[in-house]
Amino acid sequence: MRALLRNRVVRRAAGTAGTLFGVAVFVFVMLRAIPGNQITAGLGTEAAALTPAQQAALERYYGLDRPLVAQFFAWLGNMFTGNFGYSARNQQSVLDLTLRSLPVTVELAVLSIVLALLIGVPLGMLAASRANSARDALGQVVSLAGLSIPAFLLATTLLSVFAASFGFNPNGQGFATLAEDPLLNLRQMVLPALVLGFGIAAPILRTTRAAVLEVRSEDFVRTARAKGVPERRLQVRHVLGNALVPIVTMTGLQFGYLLGGAVVVEQIFSVPGIGRQVLLGIQQKEYAVVQSTVLVIALAFVLVNLLTDVLYRVIDPRVRAS
Amino acid sequence: MPRGALSAAALAATLSLALASCSSSSEPAPGAEGTGGGKPLVVGVTSDPDTLFPWKATQFQAVNVLQNLYGTLTEFDKDLNVVPGLAESWDASEDGKTLTLKLRQGVTFADGSAFDSADVKSSLDKIMDEKTAAVARASLSSVKSVEAPDAATVVLTLSTPDAALPANLATVNMAMLSSDDTEEKLSATPNGTGPFKLGKRVPSQSLTLTRNDAYWGAEKAKSPAVEFRVIPDESSIVSAMQSGNVQLAVFNDPLVAQTAEGGGTITVAKTPQLNYHVLQLNARRGELGDVNVRLAVQCAIDRKQVLDTAALGQGEVTGPNTAPAFKSDPDKRPCPARDLAKAADYLGKAGKSGGVTIKTIVSQGEYATSVNEAQNLKAQLAEAKINLDLEVLESGAFVDRWVAADFDAAVALNGGRPDPDGSYGRYFTSDGNLNKVAGYSSDKLDKLFAEGKATTDQAARKAIYDQVAAELEDNAAWIWLFSGYTYTATTAGVQGFTPMANGSLQSLRATSVS
Repeated sequence: MRALLRNRVVRRAAGTAGTLFGVAVFVFVMLRAIPGNQITAGLGTEAAALTPAQQAALERYYGLDRPLVAQFFAWLGNMFTGNFGYSARNQQSVLDLTLRSLPVTVELAVLSIVLALLIGVPLGMLAASRANSARDALGQVVSLAGLSIPAFLLATTLLSVFAASFGFNPNGQGFATLAEDPLLNLRQMVLPALVLGFGIAAPILRTTRAAVLEVRSEDFVRTARAKGVPERRLQVRHVLGNALVPIVTMTGLQFGYLLGGAVVVEQIFSVPGIGRQVLLGIQQKEYAVVQSTVLVIALAFVLVNLLTDVLYRVIDPRVRAS
Repeated sequence: MPRGALSAAALAATLSLALASCSSSSEPAPGAEGTGGGKPLVVGVTSDPDTLFPWKATQFQAVNVLQNLYGTLTEFDKDLNVVPGLAESWDASEDGKTLTLKLRQGVTFADGSAFDSADVKSSLDKIMDEKTAAVARASLSSVKSVEAPDAATVVLTLSTPDAALPANLATVNMAMLSSDDTEEKLSATPNGTGPFKLGKRVPSQSLTLTRNDAYWGAEKAKSPAVEFRVIPDESSIVSAMQSGNVQLAVFNDPLVAQTAEGGGTITVAKTPQLNYHVLQLNARRGELGDVNVRLAVQCAIDRKQVLDTAALGQGEVTGPNTAPAFKSDPDKRPCPARDLAKAADYLGKAGKSGGVTIKTIVSQGEYATSVNEAQNLKAQLAEAKINLDLEVLESGAFVDRWVAADFDAAVALNGGRPDPDGSYGRYFTSDGNLNKVAGYSSDKLDKLFAEGKATTDQAARKAIYDQVAAELEDNAAWIWLFSGYTYTATTAGVQGFTPMANGSLQSLRATSVS
């Protein structure tokens, strides 16, 4: 039994390492497949005026003069020692940048998920409570809206309506982290979390509805009802309790995506999260920034998946048994 | 968290409170900030500087910030005339081969050290050294040596007379640095002689300049601090201005400028630019090697139509010289108005009556109007049997191809300079460092540019650069289209800001918020 468990842990760890190595290779290669480098990104068309000696001096400065394979393994080796590389543009280590931007994105993701659950689960249950009724239709409309309204449109609309009509635009101020100014921070997070949460509420709503409908048709629910369990208790304890497994899976997946950075929303609301860090890195062709940040995101994604796995083992004993 | 961050947040909160109360009444500002009073000014920008090292800064945002931190030997006034900066005066010798500069006394760097001729010599020598990879190196190509006979004097020995040199010394890429500083040090901690010093910097979020009380200028900066706040989306800047968080921003997109003005609380000023939109033709490639094909292209384009459809009519049709003192007459060209019959004639002369195809690169996302311009040009030229084969590229890919001169034609927005030699000498002289990209040169142009540099008399120089313009237009080296505007948006209470045709924000020092 213990050997079996150890075996599983080893397999899982090996799988994770393999995934991360794959991501590392992929990002490294893709980044270099994009035309331009840090020199042309910085100088623009002015780069045409560089003499060969100037060009060589700049390549040495940015470390572009070394062979690609050497660049790759140097970067990967450094990652293991906690050296994520250096951003020449920001005059800061990528680790410092990431330690600043990752918490922002995690906070935004958590808030968005909470909002999405608050919207999605009750509406999903409501829709399932009487399938194909008016409330069901309402649920469908909400979820359709959530799926089909693009984030950038909702974001700009909210921003301009709130700014123009109520003068409410905390995002036009300097960004405050939760530690610096919790109140301002929450005000700045409200609109972006709402936009993201609304988009994610849709799949959660649908999952909830489907799961609830399925669980309700199962024997044990009928038995419980026949035994006279009160309806409210039945809905919450038996039905929702059992419908949680797919909802948790879906939520975990969405959370993982959110950690990748909601680039568009972060951009529009000027939230200095990790998505914007990657975007800026790509624009400036700052290889170290993009490579290391993407690897951190991939790691976070893998960890969230692992956590989701563990969580539904806890919720559903059947998964544990198998 | 460091205390600086806390106080910045508190500052922002106070600021928003103050502004909120300003909008309803004109109460006096609560508590003056910093020394000498006044309120900090917040400027909305879409990205922060990509470098703080002035000799390598070409990005618009970087230049704007650095210009306020560093001093140059000469400067431009608001009409782009060259005026004294760190050099109080300069004199050219009789033969034009020596330029003697008298330096301003009592100037200090931000770190308190004194500025003198040794700093000038070291700066200019390093800019000329290829290893530094300074972008302005080519502007000093006529300089043979730099001497500093005494602390207040610098003597430049030139290989040829260079009338454009004083203007070339005025860009921030020619910033004077302390001889003790290194690029590495300055990239983190700027140390200049400008009206501001670097305050606080939060990567990708904000950069704050604080007033330099030891600045040599007669007038110190009006605001105690100027914060460049990064708001990546231009329309988000507009809403930040509407709610009073940001007081000044410069837009390039005419559409955003229109939206900003629509609200009524924001004032938008239009300024014609030195920049010009152009269809670059590479006369060293394929069909375009024949001047008749190039002239056919020139005759088949209605520039006003390009301007109207691609840029909402916001700009002016232009010829090569966009600098106010040297402005070209846009109608001095073989076909001042669109003339399809003449275009057909030219194609016939080239033996291409059946039509030609021109591979054209277009940049996506580098500036707002590029793709629309390209599509309008394509539609117009199609009627003259000239097929523009458009290749729309991400801006990195565009730069790569442009730098390698790997195109028949390119739809481009090029930066103009206050002096025409600075604008075109590097493109259209045979040994110019961008001549490969320009794709055209001639003995006549080489001679004219040399003459222009050797002549100091303004009227005579104007006549020479008129000839340069005529030569370029008659040979349809490129097809000059129009110059756009930039839009300076300010909220009520912002005073003293003067937009400039080179896009410079140097008058931030004279700007205050009430």
